[in-house]
Amino acid sequence: MTDKKEKINIKAALTLATTALLGCTASQVQAQEADEWAFDAALLYYSEVDRVSAAETIFNANKTFANDEVLNLKLTIDTLTGASANGAVAQPSIQTFTRPSGNGQYQTPAGDTPLDDTFRDTRVQFNAQWTQPIASNYTGSIGAHFSKEFDYLSLGVNSNLAFDFNKKNSTFSLGFSYFQDTLTPKGGIPNPFTSMLVGDSARSEDDDDDDFINIDDGWDDSFALTRLGKDDTKTTADILLGFTQVINRQMIMQFNYSYSVVDGYLNDPFKIVSIVDAGGITQDNIYESRPDTRIKQSAYMQSMYHFDSTILDVSYRYMWDDWNINSHTIDSRFRIPLSEGSYIQPHFRYYQQSAADFYQPFIMDNDMPSEFVSADYRIGEMTALTIGLKYGMLINDGNELSFRLEYYRQTPTDAGFTEPGVLQDVELYPTIDAIIGQVTYSF
Amino acid sequence: MSQKIKLVCTFSMLVSIAGCSSLGVEPWERDLLAKKEMSLSSSPVDSALDDHIYFSKEASSGGKSFGGGGCGCN
Repeated sequence: MTDKKEKINIKAALTLATTALLGCTASQVQAQEADEWAFDAALLYYSEVDRVSAAETIFNANKTFANDEVLNLKLTIDTLTGASANGAVAQPSIQTFTRPSGNGQYQTPAGDTPLDDTFRDTRVQFNAQWTQPIASNYTGSIGAHFSKEFDYLSLGVNSNLAFDFNKKNSTFSLGFSYFQDTLTPKGGIPNPFTSMLVGDSARSEDDDDDDFINIDDGWDDSFALTRLGKDDTKTTADILLGFTQVINRQMIMQFNYSYSVVDGYLNDPFKIVSIVDAGGITQDNIYESRPDTRIKQSAYMQSMYHFDSTILDVSYRYMWDDWNINSHTIDSRFRIPLSEGSYIQPHFRYYQQSAADFYQPFIMDNDMPSEFVSADYRIGEMTALTIGLKYGMLINDGNELSFRLEYYRQTPTDAGFTEPGVLQDVELYPTIDAIIGQVTYSF
Repeated sequence: MSQKIKLVCTFSMLVSIAGCSSLGVEPWERDLLAKKEMSLSSSPVDSALDDHIYFSKEASSGGKSFGGGGCGCN
């Protein structure tokens, strides 16, 4: 009884707080009492073995007004720590790299994949979406997006128009979105194809290490020569065409086509590529260079099927782009109801992508690429598998509490590169294992 | 090869759309479709979290909804 009272009070307080944020008056609040807010609060933890860990919280608020207008507000906060592959190849000896900021360096043990352990960031994101009927059978929606990290700012807008016909069994939709992102990485924007300097603005405590070049007063000037500037921008424009069809009482399908143009700074400022000799020994590490445009297209289909009591959700996406990456994604969930509103839901996802045409895990010193190169495994050939299970239960008058646990494995694969000398003895395509845990409360 | 896949996708979409006038249900037959768990985005919070993970770890994004920017992770 006390719990129930407390719960209602929390919801009432949140409702008041949200309406206050929106600038509604007290009378408006009273008028809206009939149609309540619905909230979701979720906490996700993502952890890779020996690499990145991320914690993400989402607070989602949804309100449907009397005349079918829907307001959705979403706040996301996440923190990221840990190590990420810098793109260089493993070597039979210790390697030393300069941190992206130019202040300090890190070392990779012999035989290990070089990981930059300076990743640490916090991101705050806010989304607002307003959806309403605008004429008979027409629904319009507009939204805004804001997200800020220490070194990244993203602003976005979107709009969508949906048209229902055939007794609302069929729906066409057309959407646009536009994002403007600004990167300000610590240490500035590296100049593609320039060598990563190894050294430090202050003498390292590791004085007896011979791998460092001698530091002199000119470090800052030398480092600055490898930089293009402090910041850069990119824009993303998307068009999304959708068609939804009710097949019968138990089945609904969706088909989407999307066309996306990304323009601007598309490098990862923290990624480098190793230049190796015929023996596979690293001679130099240079900053990666990607084209400054990318056009992506995708075809997506999804079907939901209601069996007697279970529900099967299967989707497939084919994506292709002008970097020559294409990918297949199959995602499926199977909801099995248990007693009293609880359920379990196994999840399976399979992903496969081909490599960008300028991807190469290393550069041979007698075969320098002329324009573009990246050793970022995320645009190389890879397969990935996710297996998970969600358990949900109803508590406190229909509020839902759910738990999700998933295992995600990325397996980068060799797209046919010949490995010279010592590179045959080291792991060039290490697998990445991650655990995803999530708790969600909907009230 | 990818050209063929595109053709097959386009063709199957056109066939589906052309055959749609005979598909569907009457308003009183929407009992199952009206369930929250039968909506095409039945867990938007899960989807948002998944999109963020896969956007930052893989070369593809979007498809179901906008692929957008908004993250410095890839």
